[in-house]
Amino acid sequence: MAPPFEGIGAAVRRKEDQRFISGRGTYTDDINRPGQLYAFIRRSDRPHAKFPAVDTGAAMELPGVVAIYTAADLANIGGLPCGWQIHNKDGSPMAEPKHPVLAEGVVRHVGDPIAVVIAETRQQAKDAAEKLDIAFTDLPSVATVSDAVKPGAPLVHDSVPGNVCYDWHIGDKAAVDAAFAGAAHRVRLDLTNNRLIPNAMEPRAAIGDYDRATGDYTLYTTSQNPHVIRLLMGAFVLSLPEHKLRVVAPDVGGGFGSKIYHYAEEAIVTWAAGKLARPVKWTAERNESFMSDAHGRDHVSTAELALDKDGKFLALRVHTLANMGAYLSTFSTAVPTYLYATLLAGVYTTPVIYAEVKAMFTNTVPVDAYRGAGRPEATFLLERLVEVAARDTGMDRVELRRRNLIPRNAFPYQTPVALQYDSGDYQATLDTALKHADWAGFEARRQAAAAKGKLRGIGLSTYLEACGIAPSAVVGSLGARAALYEVANVRVHPTGSVSVFTGTHSHGQGHETTFAQLVSDQLGVPLASVDVVHGDTAKIPFGMGTYGSRSLAVGGSAMVKAMDKIIAKGKKIAAHLMEADVHDIEFKDGKFTVAGTDKSKTIGEIALTAYVPHNYPIEELEPGLEETAFYDPKNFTFPGGCHVCEVEIDRDTGVVRVVNFTAVDDVGRVINPMIVEGQVQGGVAQGIGQALLENAAYDADGNLLSGSFMDYTMPRADDLPNFHVATENTMCTHNPLGVKGCGEVGAIGSPPAVINAVVDALRDYGVRQIDMPATAAKIWAIINAGPHHRKPAE
Amino acid sequence: MPQVSVTVNGKPQTVQVEGRTLLVELLREKLGLTGTHVGCDTSQCGACVVHVDGRAVKSCTMLALQADGAKVTTIEGLAAADGTLHPMQEMFREHHALQCGFCTPGMVMAAIDLVNTHPEGLTEEQIRHGLEGNLCRCTGYHNIVKAIAAAWPLMHGKSLPAAAE
Repeated sequence: MAPPFEGIGAAVRRKEDQRFISGRGTYTDDINRPGQLYAFIRRSDRPHAKFPAVDTGAAMELPGVVAIYTAADLANIGGLPCGWQIHNKDGSPMAEPKHPVLAEGVVRHVGDPIAVVIAETRQQAKDAAEKLDIAFTDLPSVATVSDAVKPGAPLVHDSVPGNVCYDWHIGDKAAVDAAFAGAAHRVRLDLTNNRLIPNAMEPRAAIGDYDRATGDYTLYTTSQNPHVIRLLMGAFVLSLPEHKLRVVAPDVGGGFGSKIYHYAEEAIVTWAAGKLARPVKWTAERNESFMSDAHGRDHVSTAELALDKDGKFLALRVHTLANMGAYLSTFSTAVPTYLYATLLAGVYTTPVIYAEVKAMFTNTVPVDAYRGAGRPEATFLLERLVEVAARDTGMDRVELRRRNLIPRNAFPYQTPVALQYDSGDYQATLDTALKHADWAGFEARRQAAAAKGKLRGIGLSTYLEACGIAPSAVVGSLGARAALYEVANVRVHPTGSVSVFTGTHSHGQGHETTFAQLVSDQLGVPLASVDVVHGDTAKIPFGMGTYGSRSLAVGGSAMVKAMDKIIAKGKKIAAHLMEADVHDIEFKDGKFTVAGTDKSKTIGEIALTAYVPHNYPIEELEPGLEETAFYDPKNFTFPGGCHVCEVEIDRDTGVVRVVNFTAVDDVGRVINPMIVEGQVQGGVAQGIGQALLENAAYDADGNLLSGSFMDYTMPRADDLPNFHVATENTMCTHNPLGVKGCGEVGAIGSPPAVINAVVDALRDYGVRQIDMPATAAKIWAIINAGPHHRKPAE
Repeated sequence: MPQVSVTVNGKPQTVQVEGRTLLVELLREKLGLTGTHVGCDTSQCGACVVHVDGRAVKSCTMLALQADGAKVTTIEGLAAADGTLHPMQEMFREHHALQCGFCTPGMVMAAIDLVNTHPEGLTEEQIRHGLEGNLCRCTGYHNIVKAIAAAWPLMHGKSLPAAAE
């Protein structure tokens, strides 16, 4: 019997599942170090306040308390760094106020850490933290970008006039203004992109450990990118050189962006472990996740589209206020600029685009990349605007999109906002999605629903994303303070099994399977003989981690390069063993063969020879079979596709149910279709969550109203439908695998499809725009408002 | 300090705990059974679901002392002694019903109780409703629902009756 197909394209069941389904995963909070202490953070319950030095005397007397630290103890510690410097329109750098590890006399958002209590048990630390008496004096505060931008608004940082972090723009304003002046149609839409809280199911956690013998520090942390944390914390915050600091990100229970960033607690436990010479563990309670994990989205925008009389897009003009929160999180500044405004061409041939983005400080939790990061905001704006354009001009919404799609023969396609798309076929994804969703048969379903008293609507979005982040030189020229290549080390062991060390990190994506398939395919070894190792700076040469749907496109490409080197070396060894010319050696299915003969050696035999070099070209070749490769991508990758959503609205309650959802995505080559489908399903679920349920709510002063799962509506099983997911693939032209990325497409394409469907369902109620989330209360109010009340029933 | 006696995964245990110690803290911190997870403080997420005397319980809502005398099964105790997985575990893997794995132990324990308590059959709607107490942020639930429907016949030894609609 032939062995089961396990290579590229096989829906292999996941290797990592064995430990997860049997309760043997090792998440950070599952780790306990000998002599471990527990940290509890006392946080601000005020949006903006000053406070005098904290008196820790009484709390120090409580049972089990070992130490209490405040900013005064951290005098030699740097602030948390921001990884991307944006420049203003006038070329000056953005405002970058210090983000202290512990608040220095002023708290700027609910959740801002003030003091850390370290005790023998978690409960003792918490008891003592609650006893700290902090004499706050409240200061005026501001929560929304619309308020923060007003003249005379309270200042979040005294050093930042007008609360403006930066005032940035991209595109040709004069050309856009000229195109608008001559346009047959001009469409304008004001819209917000609601603030979200990522809520990975595993709360953040961190354990600092210090080895008194060597002076080495180890940080165990819930991170998507341990090397980045080592670099940021080591170099900027604690002044620890890399060789004395190890960062381990073990099993991580979901990230969605929120675990990219360097957080204060990581620095606190590492520093305190050194200070106390004992391990220190901190685990977030969920309410801390709500007020200390970076939030996502939160844009307020005006978008304008100019069209000619036939519906061709002539120009796009966008003005956006983006909420940064109280401090700059690690990659926050790149999100509303290079991950947002550069995406505004979408899948369309719009010839000129101008976008200006003002990033505002507010007294709220810092905002950073959350699944999609900037691209969902761009897609929502564009796909709502196109929808409204169809409605305002009386054109069919599918036809209007079709008329403006970038043709399949136009690649590589240069947009007016910097990006050059390498490949895609937006007609194909649109056609396939409409077919799978039975767009043509919708009217009958609408009527059937109406007969049951339901309002049924259908909506679509044709979207594009840029991921596979990113070419280092390009992002460097745009202000990134890091490179964005990826690293792989491939170690073929003496008896032919393989360990692959990757700088990417898996926190649900199934890398241990997908990457193993890649290795199995290229080296011709069984899947069971391949282990993928990630998440430990002591094991992996280097790496930038997992975000921006980059792991396979960048990390996988590094692996391919490393395996190319393995094969090249293997060929030399094989040529020696079989007394052939190296150019005559072919490698296929795990065998090195002398071309045109039946002489061959397996990769296992070659590996054994490499490690036991008795008969070996030792003068020319080192022993061993292990190679490392760094891969710096040549471009972003550009997945795209079409999502179609069908909803039914209960007129009595305003509840929106998604009854059908079709996603057709071009993610490039698919390694494991089961995993790709799962990624898309999860992304769509988060997109539907954003569109219908989720909202990080603050009051006008900056008090977090949605601070628990009782107030923040997470999508549950009975809120969601089954998903119809398909792919329609064109290959990425610039990476060796042809892959594009699938982690974020679901969250990018879906929100406008849902809202377009909701607006369509309410077509008889005169609604042009509904801001997310389209909650039952909002929909009920629309149905029951004014002259349109109950119109369809009449 | 008070003392609690429980049988966990078939093994009798007697442990000293503070009065305020939760069952999940007893399991994770005193008994080292870290397969049971804590995902929230408000009994909303279900990552901590275990079986107490055969029924699904959120172990963050129960004091350890309340479990005195009870039989507790955690995710670590589901597989047979020879390592054969419970059908629900097997179906979660087969149907890719997990990604990061953090909600999975609670999800599996809740799902088993759901199937056990519905010998007459389970519709998709009932499954989705039955999972109301468990949050998953990764999968969108689609594959979890499929896995539970696929586990039902394996657990009841007969095919799942067609939905009576």
